[in-house]
Amino acid sequence: MRTTKRWIAAIGATVLSVVAGSAGAADPIKIGEINHYKRMAAFAEPYKKGIELALDEVNGAGGVLDRPLEFIFRDDQGKPGEAVKIAEELMTREGTVMLTGTILSNIGLAISSLAAEKGYVYLASEPLADSLVWEKGNKYTFRLRASTYMQAAMLAEQASKTDAKTFATIAPNYAYGKDAVAAFKKALTALKPDVEFVTEQWPALFKIDAGAEVQAIERAKPDAIYNVTFGGDLAKFVREGTTRGLFEGRDVYGLLTGEPEYIDPLKDEAPEGWTVTGYPWYDFEDGSNKAFVDAYMAEYDERPGIGSLVGYMTVQSIAAAIERAGATDADSLIAGFRGLDVDTPVGKIHFREQDHQATMGAFVGTTTVKDGAGIMVDWVYKDGADYLPSDEEVAKLRPAN
Amino acid sequence: MGLFIAQLLTGLANAAALFLVASGLSLIFGVTRIVNFAHGSFYMLGAFIGYSLMQVLPGAIGFWSSILLAGLAVGAIGVIVELLVLRPVYRAPELFQLVATFGVILVIQDLALMIWGAEDVLGPRAPGLKGIVRIMGEPVPQFDLALIAITPFVLFGLWYLISRTRVGILVRAATQDREMVGALGVNQSWLFTGVFFLGAALAGLGGAIQLPKGGADLLMDFNILASIFVVVVIGGMGSLPGAYIAAVLISVLNVFGVAYIPQSTLVLMFVVMAVVLTVRPYGLLGREEVAGEHGQVGEPEKPIKPAGNLARGLVALLLVLLACLPFVAEPFFTILATDVIVFCLFAASLHFLLGLGGMVSFGHAAYFGGGAYVAALLVNYASAPMELAFLMAPIGAGLLAVIIGWLCLRLSGVYFAMLTLALAQLVWSLVFQWDEFTGGDDGLVDIWPAEYLSDTTAYFYFTMVVGIGGILLLRHMAHTPFGYALRASRDSARQAEATGIHTKRIQWVAFTIAGVFAGLAGALFVFSKGSVFPVELEIAKSFDGLIVVFLGGVKTLSGGVVGAASLTVLQDFITRFEYWRLALGLVIIAVVIVAPRGIVGSIRAIAEQRFSRGEVER
Repeated sequence: MRTTKRWIAAIGATVLSVVAGSAGAADPIKIGEINHYKRMAAFAEPYKKGIELALDEVNGAGGVLDRPLEFIFRDDQGKPGEAVKIAEELMTREGTVMLTGTILSNIGLAISSLAAEKGYVYLASEPLADSLVWEKGNKYTFRLRASTYMQAAMLAEQASKTDAKTFATIAPNYAYGKDAVAAFKKALTALKPDVEFVTEQWPALFKIDAGAEVQAIERAKPDAIYNVTFGGDLAKFVREGTTRGLFEGRDVYGLLTGEPEYIDPLKDEAPEGWTVTGYPWYDFEDGSNKAFVDAYMAEYDERPGIGSLVGYMTVQSIAAAIERAGATDADSLIAGFRGLDVDTPVGKIHFREQDHQATMGAFVGTTTVKDGAGIMVDWVYKDGADYLPSDEEVAKLRPAN
Repeated sequence: MGLFIAQLLTGLANAAALFLVASGLSLIFGVTRIVNFAHGSFYMLGAFIGYSLMQVLPGAIGFWSSILLAGLAVGAIGVIVELLVLRPVYRAPELFQLVATFGVILVIQDLALMIWGAEDVLGPRAPGLKGIVRIMGEPVPQFDLALIAITPFVLFGLWYLISRTRVGILVRAATQDREMVGALGVNQSWLFTGVFFLGAALAGLGGAIQLPKGGADLLMDFNILASIFVVVVIGGMGSLPGAYIAAVLISVLNVFGVAYIPQSTLVLMFVVMAVVLTVRPYGLLGREEVAGEHGQVGEPEKPIKPAGNLARGLVALLLVLLACLPFVAEPFFTILATDVIVFCLFAASLHFLLGLGGMVSFGHAAYFGGGAYVAALLVNYASAPMELAFLMAPIGAGLLAVIIGWLCLRLSGVYFAMLTLALAQLVWSLVFQWDEFTGGDDGLVDIWPAEYLSDTTAYFYFTMVVGIGGILLLRHMAHTPFGYALRASRDSARQAEATGIHTKRIQWVAFTIAGVFAGLAGALFVFSKGSVFPVELEIAKSFDGLIVVFLGGVKTLSGGVVGAASLTVLQDFITRFEYWRLALGLVIIAVVIVAPRGIVGSIRAIAEQRFSRGEVER
C-alpha cells in the first residue's frame, strides 16, 4: 500500500520534473533529520512514520513556497560526536536548510551548540532537557515538545490537590531523572509548602535493582510516590512494586508513564490508578486529534505513539515556519519560527519569542487496564503555556541572545 | 530484622541470573582465553528466545522447559559462532578474537531487532509462583525464593562437571595449560566447541530465568556486560565458586547500597572491584596466572625497523594529498578527515600501549574523554583561552594515567585489562554523576576553538599538524632506546630485568605517554565538536579503540592508524543504510577471518610472500 503510493509519487514527481523541464521550480526544500533510529528504535520508528505522514500531506497540498518538502533521515548511532558530524554533512553537502530531530537530550544539546556556532537553524523535536531552551538556549535553537519542567509541573499540580504530605521519588540516575525530580519538587513545594520528600531513589539507568528500590521506598513509608523511570526499568519497578504491594493505598505520579511507547509493553500489568502524562490516542472522539489518529492508522495500520504525534507536528511546524519566513536562509527561518502559531492535532501551539519553546502541552490522566492493555482515563489536555515559569524567571535563566 | 532478611533475600535472588551469565563467561575465558564481548548478546538472546517459547508452551512445565530450551538454543548459537567465526582465528595474536566477538554483537543486535521488533517485552510471571511469602512480616516474592534455591544446584552441577568428570578434568587441564593438553592428544577443537556451548547456554539460561523479574529489550546486551566482567574478575577468572561468591557479594551490597546510599548505584560495583583487586590481585578465588602460553601464539615476530625510503615517500605523498583536501573536496570531507585524524591519534596511543608495551587496556577512553573534559571544564569554569585549555588536556589525561597506571601495573595480563576497565568506569561514573560540576549526561557544551581556528579548514590544518605530529612522535618512540626497553619488557620481563631495565617503571612511563596522547586526541575532539558528553568515556569508546588496533594489526607499527582510518570511513559510509549494524558486523567478521593478522599485518605477509617467491624465480 505504502510502497505503491511511493511509486506513484515518484513517477508523478518524475513526470512533473520532465514537464517542468529545467525550470528548477520543483527543487525540494530539504530538511536534515538526525536521530537514533537503531539505538532507540521503539521511539524513532513511530516518530519517522509521523514525519512521513505529514510530508505526504504537505506535499499533496502543494508543498511549501511551491516547492516539495523533503526530509533526509540519518542515524547518529546514539553518539553526540557522530550527530555533529552528520549535521555538518547535511548542511554543507546535502543542501538542507535546517536541522531537526533527536530524542536523547545530550545529542540535542550537542546539535544546538553546533547550530549556534555555525548559524544553522535547529528545531529540537523530542529532547526534553530544560537547559536546551534556558541555560544553554541560543538564537538558532527551537524546541517543540513539552519539556521536563512543563510535564513535571503538570503532575505537581495534580499532586498538590491531594492530601498526601510525604513523597518518595524514584528516577534514573542521570541528567533527565535529576531535572525531572528537581522540577517536580520545586513546583510542588511552591503549591504546597508543607510537603516533605522522605526518600529519593536513584537507580542506574536501565540497570534498576527493582526489588531493592521497592524495599527502600517501602521503608520510608511515603504517602505518595513520584516515578520517573521508564522503559525496562519501569517494567521491573512496576512488577516488583505490584508483587510486594508498594502501590497499595498510595498515590503514584508517573512522568511519561502513559505514553504508548512506555505503557504498552506492560500489557495487562500496567499500573492502575497512577496519575501520568501520556497520549490517549484510543480515546479521541472527534476533532483534529481524532483526524490525526485516523489518518495515521489508515496509513500504517498500527497505533500512533507520542513519537508519531511529535514527528507529525515537527513537519507541520517546519512547513509553517518556512511558509511564514518566505525564504530558507537562517535569519528568515528564525524570524519564521519566532512567534509562530501552528495548527496541530492537539490544537494551536505557539513558538515563544522569549525562549523559543513551543507551547505544545501534554495529556494528563489516570491509568487503568482495559482489554489487557494499559490506558489513560479521565484525561485532560493541559496547554503547555500555562506550565512555564514567568517571563522574568525565563529571562534570568536564559542568556541574552 | 525482618527488613534486613528481606533485603538479603532480594540480593541473593538478584545474584542468580548474574551468576549464571558470569559463570559462562568465566568458563569460556578459562579454557579458550577468549574475552567474549558477545556474552551479553547471548544473554539477550536467551531472554528473547525464552519469551517466545513461553508464548507457545503452556503452564508451569512449559515455563520451566522454555527456560531450559532457551539455554540449549543459545548454546547451539554459541556453537555456530564458535565454528564459523572463532575457529578460523585461534592462531591469531592473543585477544584478537575479541574483535570477532564484537562483530557478533552488532550482527545479533540487528537480527534481534528484525525478529522481535523494537518494543520491549515484559516477561511472563512464573506460573504458580506469582505471589509473595511473608517472612517476619516482610513480603518476599515466591519467585525470588525459587531463584535462591535453584542457583546452588546449578553451581553444584557445574562443580561436579568440572571436578568429578573426565570432561571436567580436560577443561581444568586446558585452563592451566592448553598446549600441553593438545600435546597429550586431546582434540582441542572439540573441547573448545563444547566449552563454548556450555558457556553460551549458561548465558541463555540466565537471560531466560530473569524474565519473570523483568523482560527482554534490545539494550540488555551492553547493559549487563560490565557487571558480568566485574563478577568474573572479583571471583577470579575461571573460578566458578568465585563467580558465585562475587555475584552474591555484588548483588547483596547493591541492595544495601540502594537502601542507605541511593546515589551509589553506578559506582558501587566498581569500587568493590577496585578494592578486591588491590587486596587480592587475582580475585577472591583466582590463582596467579601461570604463563599458559609458551611464548607467543603464532609465528615469531620480525624485529621492527624504521620505515624505508619507499614507505616514507608514500606517507609524505599521502600527507601532501591530505593537505590539498580542502582545495579539491567538498567542505564535509575536511570534517570527516578531521574526525579520522582524531580517532587515528587515539588509536595510535592505544596501539603504543598494546602493541609495543604489550599492556592491554580495556579503559583507554578514560584518557581520551579525560583530556576532552579537562579542556571543556577549563573553558567552562575558568573561561580559559583555547590554547591553555588545549595544552592542559594532555597534561590532565597524563596525570590520570599516572595514577591509574600505578594502581594497575601491579597486575598483568587479563587482570590488568580488567582493572583498567574498572577504573575507567569509575572515572566515567564520576563524570556521569557529578552533574553540578561536569553537567552529567547533558555534558559540557559551547566549547569552540579560538576565532582564528573556528573555520573548518583552519581547524583541519590544526588537527593535521597536531594529530599527525603526535602519531609520528609515537612512532618515533618505538625506535628510541625507550622503545627498545619497552619491547624488551613486553617480550621477556625477566630477561629485561636481568639486563638492568626497570620494567615496571618503563611500563608506567609508557602508560602515561599513551594517556597523554589519548588526552591530546580528546582535546582535538572536543574543540572540533564543540561539546563533550560522558559517552566519550564509556566502555564502548574503549572497545572502539581496541577493535581498530586489532583490526589494523597489533603487531605492526601502523596498525592502529590504518585500522582507525579504515573503520571511521567505513562506518561513515555504512551507517547510511537501514541495517548498518548487521552490515558492519559482517564486514568486521569477514576482515577478521580473511586477515587474522590485521589489515596491515596481512597485506605485509602477502607482500613478503610475493617478494620472496619473486626472488626464488630470479
